[in-house]
Amino acid sequence: MTYQPIRFYQTGTFTVGNRLLNEEQRSVQANMRRTNSLNSGHRACQGCGEALGARYAIDAAMEATHRQLVAANATGCLEVFSTPYPETSWQIPWIHSLFGNAAAVATGIAAAMRVKGRHDVRVVAQGGDGGTTDIGFGCLSGMFERNDDVLYICYDNEAYMNTGVQRSSATPPAARTNTTMPVGDTAGNAFGQGKNVPRIAMAHEIPYVATATVAELRDLEAKVRRAMEFHGARYIHILVPCPLGWGHGSAETIRMARLAKETGLFPVFEAEHGEVTSVSKIKRRMPVEEYLRPQTRFAHLFKDGGRPDVVARLQSMADRNISRYGLLDEEASS
Amino acid sequence: MKRKPFAITLDPGSSLANHTGSWRTVRPEYVDRLPPCNHACPAGENIQGWLFHAEAGEYEQAWRVLTRDNPMPAVMGRVCYHPCETACNRGALDSCVGVNAIERFLGDEALRRGWKFEPPLSPTGKRVLVIGAGPSGLSAAYHLARLGHSVSIHEAGPLAGGMKRFGIPKYRLPRKVLDAEIQRIDDLGVKLQLHTKVTNVVETMRKGHFDAVFLAVGAHIAKRAYLPAGSAGKMLDAVSVLRSMEGGEKPLLGRRVVVYGGGNTALDVARTAKRLGADESIIVYRRTREKMPAHESELEEALQEGVLVKWLSTIKQAGESSITVEKMQLDEKGMAQPTGEFETLEADSVVLALGQDVDLSLLNGIPGLEIEDGVAKVGPDMMTGHPGIFAGGDMVQGQRTVTVGIGHGKLAARNIDAWLSGKTWEHPARHELATFAKLNTWYYSDAPKSQQPVLDMIRRQSTFEEVVGSFDQETAQFEARRCLSCGNCFECDNCYGVCPDNAVIKLGPGRRYEFNYDYCKGCGLCVSECPCGAIRTVPEEI
Repeated sequence: MTYQPIRFYQTGTFTVGNRLLNEEQRSVQANMRRTNSLNSGHRACQGCGEALGARYAIDAAMEATHRQLVAANATGCLEVFSTPYPETSWQIPWIHSLFGNAAAVATGIAAAMRVKGRHDVRVVAQGGDGGTTDIGFGCLSGMFERNDDVLYICYDNEAYMNTGVQRSSATPPAARTNTTMPVGDTAGNAFGQGKNVPRIAMAHEIPYVATATVAELRDLEAKVRRAMEFHGARYIHILVPCPLGWGHGSAETIRMARLAKETGLFPVFEAEHGEVTSVSKIKRRMPVEEYLRPQTRFAHLFKDGGRPDVVARLQSMADRNISRYGLLDEEASS
Repeated sequence: MKRKPFAITLDPGSSLANHTGSWRTVRPEYVDRLPPCNHACPAGENIQGWLFHAEAGEYEQAWRVLTRDNPMPAVMGRVCYHPCETACNRGALDSCVGVNAIERFLGDEALRRGWKFEPPLSPTGKRVLVIGAGPSGLSAAYHLARLGHSVSIHEAGPLAGGMKRFGIPKYRLPRKVLDAEIQRIDDLGVKLQLHTKVTNVVETMRKGHFDAVFLAVGAHIAKRAYLPAGSAGKMLDAVSVLRSMEGGEKPLLGRRVVVYGGGNTALDVARTAKRLGADESIIVYRRTREKMPAHESELEEALQEGVLVKWLSTIKQAGESSITVEKMQLDEKGMAQPTGEFETLEADSVVLALGQDVDLSLLNGIPGLEIEDGVAKVGPDMMTGHPGIFAGGDMVQGQRTVTVGIGHGKLAARNIDAWLSGKTWEHPARHELATFAKLNTWYYSDAPKSQQPVLDMIRRQSTFEEVVGSFDQETAQFEARRCLSCGNCFECDNCYGVCPDNAVIKLGPGRRYEFNYDYCKGCGLCVSECPCGAIRTVPEEI
């Protein structure tokens, strides 16, 4: 963990703020003068995880860069709900690129800043999983291999939600989307497909790669802060549940993110120069079923006798993550 | 007209123009719910309220909030059976918050630092007589004095404190602590007259020009059981044994002491006998451990000290140096039934701890005052059938604990205050209970309950030194911070953080938050992520 856990306070470091902590130990989101980079009035659905994740991440980046930040934004939910011309919710310098070239546009901004001698200005590129893992993947990989001075943030809601929930290469196996309907023996999205972009990013041996969720604000903020301590290509992959596409209640967004991590399905870790340097441990391990059941995109796994075989395969994916990243404390695993 | 860049026809605008609050079908609302500790406290303490200050290390403020309801935290932090801890929601998580030990820490801290109560409100000119300086009498006197009334206490005994002094052994409550907390009540201007037994209440009231009376003489007449005592061995009652411990001469109990009964008083006597040098201190109780009315913690401490218990037994006969006990068994209803099997126990003395009755002689001759089941009958306002005469504590219906007494005193004081100005006191509306299901406990970090230090066993068996020790400052603060703040906002900023629409306005330290309903879409994230259950959802009227 990159942040120092503060022990024995009423709620430790798990809540957003804590009146008993010193100012400098409090989260960016607890601050009354946080940037609110993504302001009210945006058109994201109720309980949108992406809107939340974007404000968490960009507010933290603004804080870390003393508000000298430019963002390029791929097409996708985030762009559509935040900036329907001529209104915008962004309170930062922000440019909308195409669907596939946010990484390249950000590279260009970074180059322009270098030419202008503005070494104080930092650049962020952001997009959804579609714009990152599928459509913008070539530009992203190029940005990585050239080690351009950009922090790329992917808000992963595991499908193309903006256009009506179609499968992306980040959609998990067995999930129902409009292009992976469970039919006959086929239980939603196929196993053995898709991309693990955080690991692909690590394979480029770029300075910094991290994963995070909207359920762990302090961890997320610490990772953005850490990313801004590096120059060169950096990548943060944030899991942002989507009430619409996943089919859970709008009040359940954070709980879903928490369960994704606590079951081991979404490993939360950070890596420097291709090596994992720390992982966020599971606090209370839970079976994947706890995570799958509340989501209608997995409802077919539990209807009419269900598909215990499929659930077991998902469980083994979680188990693999747990052993691969060492997600359990010694104590908790014994 | 300002020139615009190529292909741009509109000025950039802010999304603030888009009032997304119109999407909402349910709205979040901040609420205060009743924490289970406060709900369970017989003295009506605002426990969570004072823990809030203790968490921040503001001990004096915490003490001031505490003493709004209970004037004797150092005493109660030792002798209360803390129903608050039994009710504590944290108990379902790991273990309950050690409220009692923190209360004791605050009480001791107040005595150490000499904190005084705020001076009373301006004098009302009304005179109130309190009869009996036990827990409820002292509590009533304190509350009445702070409200500006002139209070006199008439106490028949040589010292104030009642059962706190004459019923609770020193090893549970050092007298220095008791004296200091009584003194602080005296300092409010309460006139305490000792050795003053009231025999005619109405007459005393008239002669002393008292506008109201609070009767709190307790229940101190030991219940007797008919025991055929052959050649009259030594037979004593628990109340007088404990009382004589306060005098110069210690009771002579002998080497083998049998205590008859299963309440806390029985344990107190048995533990006292052990300390006085008895080789054997045996409790004879007719039912089982599960059915014993005494508190588990006290029983545990007594057993540690070597007190023995003869379960399912009654005394049939007491002889010169032995007693005959009959074995019992529980029937289907859980009642003890005799078996006809007998056993002989050697005993130098038998102490009866079978409960106490109210001395009713004082009550006879008060017009209108009714007696029911051997206690004074009072209404919900603690007033007896005689206007202006109130009663509380052990002499009225209710659980006989010191904490209930403190609560009765407070309740009576509020009603007396209202009655004196021709009004009636109404209990403020109670909030809905903050149950465990209302919490999101994921946010609370694990923290084991802190333990108070305990005296060495050898000194527990031979001296009257206090058994349980105090928290130090650090431990007290740690323990206070284990509080979950059930049902009441503790400003953790979660709602402010988790709102995807930035529709929660943070008002600053101590001022909590507000919803910005212009933008709140009603997703409910703040409600489900509030750790302490201080937000609820209500349907929007459309």
